[in-house]
Amino acid sequence: MLRIEALTKRYRTGDAALNGVSLTIGSGEIIGLIGPSGAGKSTLIRCVNRLVEPTSGKIWLGGTEVTAARGAELRRFRRRMGMIFQEFALVERLTVMENVLSGRLGYTGFWASWFRRFAKGDIHAAIALLTRVGLIDHIDKRADALSGGQRQRVGIARALAQKPELLLVDEPTASLDPKTSRSIMRLLTELCAERRLAAIVNIHDVALARQFLPRIVGLNAGRIVYDGPADGLTAEVLTTIYGEEDWAASAARDDQDDQDDDQPRAGTGDAVRQVAKIEAAE
Amino acid sequence: MTGRASSDATPTPRAATLGPSWSPPRLVEPTWARWLLALGIIGYLYLALNSVDVNWTRVAEGLVRAGRLFEGFLSPNFTARWDDIQQGMIESLTMTVTATVAGVILAVPFGLGAARNIAPWWLYSFCRGVIAIARALQDIIVAIFFVAMFGFGPFAGFLTLTVSTIGFLSKLLADDIEEIAPNQVEAIRATGAGFWQVIDYAVASQVIPRLVGLTAYKVDINFRESSVIGIVGAGGIGATLNTALDRYEFDNAAAILLIIIAIVLACEYGSGWIRKRFA
Repeated sequence: MLRIEALTKRYRTGDAALNGVSLTIGSGEIIGLIGPSGAGKSTLIRCVNRLVEPTSGKIWLGGTEVTAARGAELRRFRRRMGMIFQEFALVERLTVMENVLSGRLGYTGFWASWFRRFAKGDIHAAIALLTRVGLIDHIDKRADALSGGQRQRVGIARALAQKPELLLVDEPTASLDPKTSRSIMRLLTELCAERRLAAIVNIHDVALARQFLPRIVGLNAGRIVYDGPADGLTAEVLTTIYGEEDWAASAARDDQDDQDDDQPRAGTGDAVRQVAKIEAAE
Repeated sequence: MTGRASSDATPTPRAATLGPSWSPPRLVEPTWARWLLALGIIGYLYLALNSVDVNWTRVAEGLVRAGRLFEGFLSPNFTARWDDIQQGMIESLTMTVTATVAGVILAVPFGLGAARNIAPWWLYSFCRGVIAIARALQDIIVAIFFVAMFGFGPFAGFLTLTVSTIGFLSKLLADDIEEIAPNQVEAIRATGAGFWQVIDYAVASQVIPRLVGLTAYKVDINFRESSVIGIVGAGGIGATLNTALDRYEFDNAAAILLIIIAIVLACEYGSGWIRKRFA
């Protein structure tokens, strides 16, 4: 349902974040995208919904080309792809319900959204989603009053409110503690299975990826260096993805200590800064 | 930097016995240069003070007048010119409110246009230019222009305060918009929202508390300004105050100043309350 062909992204600084990436994802298929910091994981999923403009290459969603779309057509593509963020990216000063309903903006006219008059069906669906993610009691709280795990549940509900066909998930657990991370990953995979959603999940926690995601794609310096089942992530494969390391020892330790993250995440910052500009052209 | 390097190279005997010593890097490095600089500043101040021509007889006369002004304050006269005062106050308050409302309405589009992260470069340059002009001219100078164009009275004052509100609010609004959290914008764009929906949900929701606070603050400033620009003929309580001072009616002037102070205090508390509510 999603086909990426020879995707390349070169930032204005000259760094090639992606270098000829080709990838196909079937409908209902959920893949984990792993790789070291700066490997291009964030850039890749942001190219899919064109928050980052690819330099070259093509992307098809269900037979139509996303990379050729402009303006209203591009927005219609974005409605079909829900996105979930590392720092949750909720609109902090809006309520939980407003945040979930903002997933319907692509289907709602400007004045209706300005007065917060969403369609009845959208409101029912939003309430159902908040019930499903266990936040129905917090419906009118402001998003900044919630804990990290709760915020990510709102983020998931917002993405699902779009009734998407594909989820783009950017480091969903990187700001969460190990136990919350697991419950969020469980919720995500369950919801994808319930709704037969395809998903690309960027994740830097190899143990978590192995536990929840059947197919793993390894990215290094903008190229795919592994594409296969999670069981195939041997020490050798991990070395080609991440570089030399005593994987047996760290894999054992990973289960107790998920917070083992002392590398700066440079790549994400670039991508976020890049998309910070809302092109007025849209 | 160089200081640390040189002290590393030649450790003092003390450092050798007590471990390495450290002092913060100096702005001006050699000690003699620091002394020279200090002496230069003191010498300049001495010469500068000597060059000020103080006429002590005029100071004495001024002090007498200051004494009468102070006496006037002790016995403010609210009744003698109450009609003038009332009319001036109503004019000033009308100018303040109408100019702030008009200014906010115009400042929002200019503020949006002057934010680099949402406006294309040509709109950005245009809006920043307009803001720069609005801010470059001091309110009194603008008031003199408008008085020359539209004659004496509160209309000139209204225009002056509107221009000043545009300059103030649109610049601060634009700077605020440039500093919003980009990931919220990204998230709303990713839902397929249109441009104005992104502005409403991701941008406005982040800057509105500040905009409300700044507006309340600007009401307060505009009221004070309205009493100043009255002096150059732009209407309001400033004109009344100017007349009272010209006639050496210090008791009337004192009454006017006390009313201004009371209103400014009321604005101050009012804006504080509004800011707390919208935080």
